[in-house]
Amino acid sequence: MGASAAPVIVITLFWIVIGGVIPWFVPKNENKGIIQTMQFVAIFCVLYIWLCTYMMQMNPLFGPLIDNKTLTMIHASKW
Amino acid sequence: MGSLFRCEEMTLCQLFLQSEAAYACVSELGELGLVQFRDLNPDVNSFQRKFVNEVRRCDEMERKLRFLEKEIKKDGIPMLDIGDNPEAPQPREMIDLEATFEKLENELKEVNTNAEALKKTYLELTELKHILRKTQAFFDEAEFHHAQMHDPSMQEESVTLLGEEGLRAGGQALKLGFVAGVVLRERLPSFERMLWRVCRGNVFLRQAEIDTPLEDPVSGDQVNKCVFIVFFQGEQLKSRVKKICEGFRATLYPCPETPADRREMSIGVMTRIEDLNTVLGQTTDHRHRVLVAAAKNIKNWFVKVRKIKAIYHTLNLFNLDVTQKCLISECWCAVCDLEKIQMALRRGTERSGSTVPSILNRMDSKETPPTYNRTNKFTRGFQNIVDAYGVASYREVNPAPYTIITFPFLFAVMFGDAGHGLIMALFGLWMVLKEKALSAQKSDNEIWNTFFNGRYIILLMGTFSIYTGLIYNDVFSKSLNIFGSSWNSPAMKELFPSHIQLNPASQYQGVPYPFGIDPVWQVAENKILFMNSYKMKVSVILGVSQMIFGVSLSLINHKYFKHPLNVICEFVPQIIFLLAIFGYLVLLIFAKWVTYDVSDSSCARSLLIMLINMFIFSYPTHPCYLSAMYNGQEGIQAILVILAIVCIPWMLFVKPFILRRQWLNRPHLMSSPKPADGAIDEGEVVHEDGTTRIEAGHEESEEGFNFGDVFIHQAIHTIEYCLGSISHTASYLRLWALSLAHAQLSEVLWTMVMKIGFVVPTWPGGIILYLIFAFWAGLTIGVLLIMEGLSAFLHALRLHWVEFQSKFYGGTGYMFSPFSFETILELASTEDK
Repeated sequence: MGASAAPVIVITLFWIVIGGVIPWFVPKNENKGIIQTMQFVAIFCVLYIWLCTYMMQMNPLFGPLIDNKTLTMIHASKW
Repeated sequence: MGSLFRCEEMTLCQLFLQSEAAYACVSELGELGLVQFRDLNPDVNSFQRKFVNEVRRCDEMERKLRFLEKEIKKDGIPMLDIGDNPEAPQPREMIDLEATFEKLENELKEVNTNAEALKKTYLELTELKHILRKTQAFFDEAEFHHAQMHDPSMQEESVTLLGEEGLRAGGQALKLGFVAGVVLRERLPSFERMLWRVCRGNVFLRQAEIDTPLEDPVSGDQVNKCVFIVFFQGEQLKSRVKKICEGFRATLYPCPETPADRREMSIGVMTRIEDLNTVLGQTTDHRHRVLVAAAKNIKNWFVKVRKIKAIYHTLNLFNLDVTQKCLISECWCAVCDLEKIQMALRRGTERSGSTVPSILNRMDSKETPPTYNRTNKFTRGFQNIVDAYGVASYREVNPAPYTIITFPFLFAVMFGDAGHGLIMALFGLWMVLKEKALSAQKSDNEIWNTFFNGRYIILLMGTFSIYTGLIYNDVFSKSLNIFGSSWNSPAMKELFPSHIQLNPASQYQGVPYPFGIDPVWQVAENKILFMNSYKMKVSVILGVSQMIFGVSLSLINHKYFKHPLNVICEFVPQIIFLLAIFGYLVLLIFAKWVTYDVSDSSCARSLLIMLINMFIFSYPTHPCYLSAMYNGQEGIQAILVILAIVCIPWMLFVKPFILRRQWLNRPHLMSSPKPADGAIDEGEVVHEDGTTRIEAGHEESEEGFNFGDVFIHQAIHTIEYCLGSISHTASYLRLWALSLAHAQLSEVLWTMVMKIGFVVPTWPGGIILYLIFAFWAGLTIGVLLIMEGLSAFLHALRLHWVEFQSKFYGGTGYMFSPFSFETILELASTEDK
C-alpha cells in the first residue's frame, strides 16, 4: 500500500510543464509580471490540493460502508 | 513603469500656467485623467472664488438643458447618443452656447404657454357646446311635456321653458332666472345638497353627464364633468347660487333662452372649436419640431457644459500669483506619467495660442501621497475587493495580484461541485464575451451591475470550482468513475449481509484513485466520516500556508521600507511562532498520512490530542493512539514549545526598548523646535511654498519619544498576533464547513427531488420528470448557486481580509482620484437616471 508511481509522475510533470515552461513564453508586455505570478500561484494551489487528496487516500485507515444492493452492482459490473 | 505588486510612485508637482493658457491646459489634463489637483484655497468660501461667475453660468446652462431634456422626454422623442466625446469648448464659445440655450428655452416656454391658453379656451368651448346640447334636451323635454297638455298650435319657437304654466299660475309672469354651467362629476351630489340647503329648496336643478372626458389644461388629466342648470327666482337666490357655484369651482356659461339663439350659438361654437383644433395642432407640431431639432444635439451639449463646469471648478482650486498673470496649482501624479502630462500641457498651451510655456515642477514633500494602482479591466475587480477593506498604504505590498488566484481558489474549496462550477463559469464566460454589448446597455439595476462588474471574478471562481469539483469528485452530487475505483467488492460466497464495510487490507487495490476522491465514497454510508477528516486537514493545511505567505509578505514590506529593526523584532519571532506550532502541525498531518495504514489503524495517533499534550508537556503511553509518534518526539516538541514561548516576549519587549535607546542616543540636531505643534507626526508636515525641505528624523524630535504609547502599541500587536494565529487557524475550518454544507444540500436536493422523477415508468414518467426537473433546476440555481455562491464568496472574502491581510497589510492609504472627464461624465449620467 502506498503511492503508485504513475499518477504522481504524470500529474506533477503535467503541472510543471504548465507551470515552468509556459511562463517563459508570456509575451513581454506590461502584464508579464502579473501573468507569471498568477500562473505560479494557480499551479501551486492546484498541485497542493491534488497532493493532499492523493496522500490522504494512500493508506486508508478504514473502508467505505456499503449496503448490499450497491455492493451487488459493484460486484456485477466489476468496477 | 509600476506594476500591480506595489502602488505607483507618486510625486507632488507644481504647475505654473499662464492665465490665457490655463483653461486649455486644464481641459487637456481632464481628457488625460492622470492628475489629482489639491485645493490651494481651502478656507475660501465657494462664493468668493475666482471663477464663481463662470460656474454660475454653467449651472444656468445645465438647468436650461435639463428643462429641455424633460420636455423631450415628455414628448417621447428618442435622444441620440452617438457616444462621441466632444472636447470642452473654448471660453468664447460658451457665450454662443448660452445664447442658443436661451433662445431654445424661451421658444419652448412661449409655445408651452400658448398651448396652455389654447387648451383652456378649447375646454371652455367644449363645455359650452355640451351645455347647449344638454339644455336643448331639457327644453325638448319641457316642450314635449308642454305639448301634451296644451294646444299644439303654439309655435315651437316661442316656447319658453315653463311655457304657459308660468303665465297661468298666479296670473303674473313668473320671471325665473337660470344659470347653466359645468361641474366635476364627483362634486355634483354635494353641490346639489348644498344648493338645496342654502336656498331652502327654492331652486330647481337639472343635470346631465358629459360622456366624453375632458382634458384639464393645467394638469393634463382627463376629468369627467356634468352639465347642470339651476332655476331660481329673485336676485338673492341668484347671488347665493352664484356663490355656491364659485365655491364648487363650477364654470358658468351664458346660455340664451330661445332655441333659435341657442342654435346660432351652437353653430358658432362648433366653428370656433374647429379653428381652435387646427391652431392647437399647428402649435404642437411646431413644438415637436423644435424638440426634435434639439434632441439631436442635447447629449453633446450636456457633455460640453459638464466639461466646462468641471474645468472651472478645477480652476477655482488654483492660486493666483502676485503678478496676477499666472495661475499656480499643486497636483499629485505618477512619476512615470510626467512625460504624458508635459505633452498635454504643451498641447494646451499651443491651442490657446499663448507664447509662454506652462511649467511643471516636481516638488519634494513629506506628505503621504495617494495610492494609485494601475489596473486593466481584468484586475480592476480584484483590486476593488482588496480596496473595499482598506486602501493600501503608500508603496506597501499590494495583495491584489495574489488575490486574483487565491480568492477564487478558496471560494472553490468551499463550493466544490463541478456541475455548479460549470454553470457559474459559463455565466461568467457569457458576460465576458459579450462585455461590449452589455456595457453599452447601461442598465441601472444595481444587482446586475454588481454581477457584471465582477464578471472576471465569477469566471475564475467557476473555473476553479470545476477543478475542485473534480477533486472532490462531486458533479451535482454524483461521482465520476473515470479511472476505475481503487476499491472492489469482496468475493461473493453467499448472500451479502445488509451492510459491509470494505477492508482496506483486502478490498483496496493498494494505490489510490489517481485524481481526486475515489468514486466509491459517494455510495458509502460513512462518506461524511471520511470526508470530514479529509476536508478539515486540507483546511488547516491551506490556512497555515496562506498565513505563512502573509507573514512573508510583511518581510518584503519591512525590507522595502528599510526597517531592519522590524525584521528582527517582528518578522523573525512571528514566523518562528507560526512555524513552531502550526507548521509543525501541518508536517504531522502529512506524516500521519504516510505512516499509518489499516494494519495499525487503531493506533493511528490523534493529532489534536498530541498538539494539546505538546503544550502541557504530557506524554502518556497507555492508549496507543496517544503515545509518541516518532523517536525523540518529546525532546523536539519541548524545544518547539519553548521556542514559541520565547517568541512572545521577543515580540513584546525588544522593539520598544531598542527604539528608546535609539532615541536617547540620537545626535542632538540644531533644527528649530516647534513646541507649539505638539503631537508626533508620522510625516504629516505643513509644508511651505514647495521648496523648503524638513530634516529627516523630524518625527521624533517633535515632542519627545512617548515610550508608553510605543509599548502599548507593541503589546496590542503581539497579543493580536499570538491569539490571532490560533483563532485564525481555527477560522480556516470554515472551508470544511461550507463545502460540507454545499455537498449535503446538493445530495438532499437530488434524493428528495430529482430521484422521485425517475420512479414512474414510461411516458407519464416523462412528463413528471419534465416538471420535477424544472423544480430541481430552479432550486439548484436559487439555493445552491446563488445562495451558496454568495455565502462562499463572502467567507472567502473574510478569510482574505482578516486572516490573510492582518499578517502584513497596513491599509491606511487614500485613493488617487484624478481629475478626469470620463469619471465626471459617468457620475453625472448615473445621477441623471
